[in-house]
Amino acid sequence: MNIIVCVKQVPSSNEVRLDPVRKTIIRDSSKAVANPFDVTAVEAAVQIREKHGGTVTALSMGIPATEKLLRDEIARGADKAVLLTDRVFAGADTLATSYTLAKAVNTLGGADLILCGKMATDGDTAQIGPELSAWLDVPCVTDVIEIKETDDRHIVCVRNTDAGTETVKVELPAVITVVKNLTIPRLPSIAGIRKSLDAEVRLVKAAELGADPSRIGLDGSPTQVIRTFPQEKKGEAVKIEADKAAAAVMELWEEL
Amino acid sequence: MGIKIDRDKCVLCEACVASCPNGALSSGDEICIDEEKCILCGACVNNCPMEAITLEKEQAAADEGSSGIWVAVQQQDGRPIPAALELIHKARELADIKKCTVTAVCPGKGSGFEKELIEAGADEVIFCISENMADSDDDAYARILIPLIKERNPETVLFSATILGRSAAPRIAAKLGTGLTADCTALSIEPDTGLLAQTRPALGGNLMATILCPGTRPQMATIRPGIFPAPFPDETRTGKAEYLRAGDTTGRGFEIISAEAKKESGGISDAEVLLVAGRGIGSARNLKKVFELAELMGAKVGVSRPLIDMGWAEYPHQVGQTGATVAPKLLISLGVSGAIQHLAGMGGAKTVVAVNTDEAAPITRQADHVIHMDCVEFVDELTRSFKERKEL
Ligand SMILES: Cc1cc2nc3c(=O)[nH]c(=O)nc-3n(C[C@H](O)[C@H](O)[C@H](O)COP(=O)(O)OP(=O)(O)OC[C@H]3O[C@@H](n4cnc5c(N)ncnc54)[C@H](O)[C@@H]3O)c2cc1C
Repeated sequence: MNIIVCVKQVPSSNEVRLDPVRKTIIRDSSKAVANPFDVTAVEAAVQIREKHGGTVTALSMGIPATEKLLRDEIARGADKAVLLTDRVFAGADTLATSYTLAKAVNTLGGADLILCGKMATDGDTAQIGPELSAWLDVPCVTDVIEIKETDDRHIVCVRNTDAGTETVKVELPAVITVVKNLTIPRLPSIAGIRKSLDAEVRLVKAAELGADPSRIGLDGSPTQVIRTFPQEKKGEAVKIEADKAAAAVMELWEEL
Repeated sequence: MGIKIDRDKCVLCEACVASCPNGALSSGDEICIDEEKCILCGACVNNCPMEAITLEKEQAAADEGSSGIWVAVQQQDGRPIPAALELIHKARELADIKKCTVTAVCPGKGSGFEKELIEAGADEVIFCISENMADSDDDAYARILIPLIKERNPETVLFSATILGRSAAPRIAAKLGTGLTADCTALSIEPDTGLLAQTRPALGGNLMATILCPGTRPQMATIRPGIFPAPFPDETRTGKAEYLRAGDTTGRGFEIISAEAKKESGGISDAEVLLVAGRGIGSARNLKKVFELAELMGAKVGVSRPLIDMGWAEYPHQVGQTGATVAPKLLISLGVSGAIQHLAGMGGAKTVVAVNTDEAAPITRQADHVIHMDCVEFVDELTRSFKERKEL
């Protein structure tokens, strides 16, 4: 089974401080990590390969420094890594990113199964997986909490739904997005780390993908962030004395 | 295309340097951009107090022919979900500003509930009936809507940010080649352009971002359930309904084998009253008391992550960035410090009561009412009050 896992580099912390005078934001940019949901997806892919054979390719679109994170995924068991890195990819929203990834999947000769994390911790959109499936015209199962079985032509998995959970069977190729606690990612093995040091991370530019320039990067991104601002604080909270607490809360409850 | 810094406006205050998530900016005699690191995310543009930074972009003109606001209605057991009614009501408010119509489009097995949707604010209801379609069938939901949206060309399409909505909407957006904003918590119309301003939490709730989709149509967004108030039915409203047959939606290489309803313990996302226990609750035994109190109040129980890690509660109870997003009318927080990852999941709560022994705990800044008290004592007292009330 030929599996591609999409991996995104995210800041390790979403911490934002506010400059009290200028009201501008201050972020800690010191450390980047692989999106934890994607690390789970890599582990899930490696487990499938261990059962059924095949290859696991970690695929990312990102800045050149992302190469290091892709090596970590090789250390965790991925066979290969591909990094889409080109100035013209910059500024991509989910539509442009999913288009670029879809082009890459096709350039790599397609895949039987494409795994994505359900969402990335920095953007929280959960849109890349289903958008990617639409570009590729293949089925998609989101919010997968368990992969039950796979064969050459199908995958059976359990997903969250608004009413509970559901077992679904889809034909391959398909896109699956996984929750973070689907499985526990293994630590890199010594052999894995050795392998990752020598492994080649294939760097791919836009031209190699045959991508439509108007669909990638900033120009291919229909959405535009026009303002960012700190979450509005609520007004000053009302203090309730301990001896009146139960009565006061009972009253709030009765008012509902 | 790219980031441009106007050196005449720049005062080297370094606000941009501090805001860059990738450390791509540095300051010396002037601000320098490391192209190897910059992803054109625009964080610096929005953070510059001097408006010295711009992000240049080719912008296609919007399709002038599109009009109207659509709300994609989600069904459960042949009925519209409450979040759909909230959204229709909000769409009405926006449509009154835009002077356009609201269309509620309902893919699924149900039909015949147009009156309810019209009274919530719709002018027009389109049923796309597929008798054998499961409520959770995101694939069919998207397949039904794509051709209809292409054909009728609405200016805006709104979805509830449920599991179904967040799975189906991206497929539709990609097929239509348009933008989509996830999990919005506010919508408005930009006064000068008439564009839909879509505001959502970013960075795990640390920041709010307002997003536009100027060039492609429709403008699409998923909106967090419980954010907008449920409408009062306006019985004077009139509208029309259209019945379309979506036909058989099975046999697409996608098959639902079995479904399991939510366990009673889960489902804190749609709780009206939620008790949320944190580490301050002290023990698994005390947590049991919280469950007992919840039973008396008709409430559900959420917890902070450490309680999951300690095995005191099951994962579906976790509130926060990596747990459930909740939007109860009343949230009573018991011994929770209010870490940002926790707060990220409770932004939709209407009234928040925080019980904490630390008066300065971050949770108190998000609370409407603060009770400076031992949370276990509080639980005991409130339990007593509810028991007494029951006996009356
Ligand atoms: C990537 C990431 C994701 C995360 N996701 C989540 C998430 O989804 N949800 C989540 O909850 N956390 C999440 N966390 C963890 C989060 O950062 C906090 O560690 C966690 O929320 C703290 O839980 P707490 O408030 O219960 O505990 P603490 O921070 O230990 O706070 C306990 C509070 O109880 C008060 N207290 C103590 N005793 C009493 C008493 N007797 N009566 C009243 N008050 C008392 C204390 O004053 C304190 O305010 C995440 C962390 C990371 C790094």
